[in-house]
Amino acid sequence: MSVASGLNEELRPAAAREATGGGWRSIASMREFGLLLIILALCVVMSFASPYFLSWGNFRAMLMSFSIEGIVVVGMTVLLIVGAIDLSVGSVVCFAMVVAGTAFLAGIDPWSASLVGIAASALVGIAMASFVTAIGLHSFIVSLAFMVIVRGLCLAITDGRPLSLFSLPPGFKFIGQGTVPLDLRFLGFAQVYDVPVVILIFLVVVVVFDLLLRKATVFRKVFYTGSNEKAAQYSGIRTNRVKFFCIVLCSTLSGVAGVLYMARFGAAPPTFGVGMELNIIAAAVIGGASLKGGSGTILGAILGIALLSVVSSSLTLLDVPPVWQDVIRGVILLAAVTIDHLLHTRKRARGAVRAG
Amino acid sequence: MPPLALEVRNVSKSFGPVRALDGVSFSLRKGEVHALMGENGAGKSTLMNIIDGILRPDGGEILVDGRSVEIASPQKAHELGIGLVHQEIALCPDISVAENISMAATNSRSAWLMDYRELRQRAGTILASLADIDPQALVGELSISEQQIVEIAKALALDCSILILDEPTAALTEREAGKLFGIIAQLKARGISIIYISHRMAEVFAHCDRISVLRDGRYICTEEVAATTQEEIVRRMVGRHLGDIYPAKNPGSIDAPVLMAVSGLSDSDRVRDVSFELRRGEVLGIAGLIGAGRTEIALGICGLNRLTAGKVEFEGREVTPRSYAESIANGIVYLSEDRKGAGVFVDLPIAVNVSALAIDRVASAGFVSRAKEQAQAKSLADQLRLKRGSLDDAASTLSGGNQQKVALAKLLSVCPKAIILDEPTRGVDIGAKAEIHRILRELASGGTGIVAISSELPELIGLCDRVLVVHEGRIAGEVSGDELNEEAIMRLASGLAIEGQEAR
Repeated sequence: MSVASGLNEELRPAAAREATGGGWRSIASMREFGLLLIILALCVVMSFASPYFLSWGNFRAMLMSFSIEGIVVVGMTVLLIVGAIDLSVGSVVCFAMVVAGTAFLAGIDPWSASLVGIAASALVGIAMASFVTAIGLHSFIVSLAFMVIVRGLCLAITDGRPLSLFSLPPGFKFIGQGTVPLDLRFLGFAQVYDVPVVILIFLVVVVVFDLLLRKATVFRKVFYTGSNEKAAQYSGIRTNRVKFFCIVLCSTLSGVAGVLYMARFGAAPPTFGVGMELNIIAAAVIGGASLKGGSGTILGAILGIALLSVVSSSLTLLDVPPVWQDVIRGVILLAAVTIDHLLHTRKRARGAVRAG
Repeated sequence: MPPLALEVRNVSKSFGPVRALDGVSFSLRKGEVHALMGENGAGKSTLMNIIDGILRPDGGEILVDGRSVEIASPQKAHELGIGLVHQEIALCPDISVAENISMAATNSRSAWLMDYRELRQRAGTILASLADIDPQALVGELSISEQQIVEIAKALALDCSILILDEPTAALTEREAGKLFGIIAQLKARGISIIYISHRMAEVFAHCDRISVLRDGRYICTEEVAATTQEEIVRRMVGRHLGDIYPAKNPGSIDAPVLMAVSGLSDSDRVRDVSFELRRGEVLGIAGLIGAGRTEIALGICGLNRLTAGKVEFEGREVTPRSYAESIANGIVYLSEDRKGAGVFVDLPIAVNVSALAIDRVASAGFVSRAKEQAQAKSLADQLRLKRGSLDDAASTLSGGNQQKVALAKLLSVCPKAIILDEPTRGVDIGAKAEIHRILRELASGGTGIVAISSELPELIGLCDRVLVVHEGRIAGEVSGDELNEEAIMRLASGLAIEGQEAR
């Protein structure tokens, strides 16, 4: 079972895996391992097709391209596990940029302005969560409405014009544009690598949330709620609070991403992030999150967005026109979900045989 | 002797090893209202589903108008003029009455386009003879009794000559039921033969011509209503011995100190002014017909349903809960009757299931400790003799009985002082059932208060020290000691005893 491994795989001793046979047969580990293989295979093929592909520069660009989005993917994965969804993430990312940017232009220091931007995003999350939990509307339709509302607010605040934030102090721009040297020459690497700060922030977020999702009691309740909401209620879990928390968490992480984008671009365009939600949901689903809730892993979701990024980069290097890139990305999503579904039904059938 | 509309000869049906029907014969005269009675699980629904073509019999013969027929599908049943009105209302709430009534008829027509005018006229004609319902109203806007009438109209739209009504009054108030009986009399006058399934003695004796009784999948008898009594029928329905081995009871519990006292419990739906006491070390049963409000009483006590009145006292202090979490903290836990829907997380590992009720017990500083979680699951699994592979296997890999043990282990993980179990052995095989009974009795011996809700009378009688009987949301009475038998429970559950009191 995917959640079983999501929760326990890394911690289970090899001997126990042998004994139960659950480790290697587990679909989640197969999925994550499979995703990794696909990504590596793609890299090998591309290294023959384009001499630039394996360069550090290209790798860094690929990592950069998905690291900030990856923070939103983390939030979306948690949300999918609890059985909800958020279509407003693209708008909320932009909202954080625009609010923080406006606050900065009004004379507030950039760090405080960033906190204001993140708080504004969290407020959007609180509003959505209220409609979902207090009134009982589906998160799909609530977040669809907020996607439009928040985008409208972004345009209203900026009068439709991008905010120019060149005056951001270098200390702040560093979190979006700076790099730290990574000296691995003692391990036999040829050069000192300049690792962008955003990638480090992304890695910290991923590691922290991967740990939390597997171990923290709060996130365990997320799995219970998503797996069977009624059974969770009948276990004394206040499922509405859990859902509220997840929705606000996703919006807050979108806010964090928005602030990082602002630092990286030194600008706040009110049309930024249109269509971002689709890429993010696709990544989480390719990585094994189920729209029915109850399953999903951070590692899988990150591999999902990495795969989409490698594909995009490859298609660009191969001079495939952007329109066709979309077609191919869609096909990959469809293939991933189809394979997953087929594996899942077969596994169910096996489970039934064992139960009988 | 009037001619027979329907005759069932020697029909049998098994589900796996369970024999649901064993050589049942039954005949329905033209134009009669024939009651079919029996306890839950006696085989009534199975027999009706066979007559309606939903299930195929393993053996036996069915004759309609004297001709042997094979009813392979509900559609075939329609062609033969058989209409079944299910216990649960199965209408589409968002479309009109007329369209609902013609649903099955539309399905068997080959025209591409709907003729709405004809549809409305037809529905109007059928409804006109039944009740004053607008064919263009949406079904969702009707009351439950009106929906019941639409269900009947739907069956009549297929020109049925045999109408089966499966507990049609279960969801109706007395006045609404009265209307329904008027309609039944009308249909009877039109020559339609009716099979009427109900648990309510009074209405059966007032409105039916004959009564057939099933018990344990076997045909017991058919009596003319005029020639029998309610007592006689109850005796026929339950007359069997307790062949099972149940654990020894605890007669001393009658005098044990009170653990939980419930007083004046009411909710907005089913529960009306329920009061009772649960003693330490006692296994208290709650009996009643399906829909009588047994589950709702349990949900109210545990804070899973909102109460409108009443309070729960536990170990002498008031603990009326506002949420189930609060109830768990007080040591009162509930096992749902719906194992797959609300009892276990089928996709999650066994160990993760067991810790769901109190995740903090296996965690430190907000992080789940895998070692503690596994140790807890292992100790409870051993205590309950759970047959399993790994504790990391999903609960779905277990049999029904073992899944139920997982659900039970989940409750025991918080060391509860009172456990309310709703149908604790439903869908569980006999071996696991006896084990669950043993476990419950052991828990009671350890001082835990056990409340067991069950539709199975032998289970209640064999397991419980005392049984409360619920009738239409109220406690109709209590039976214990030598009086604890099926007859006494059925009398109370069907409202017989109360009616008797009123008459006095």
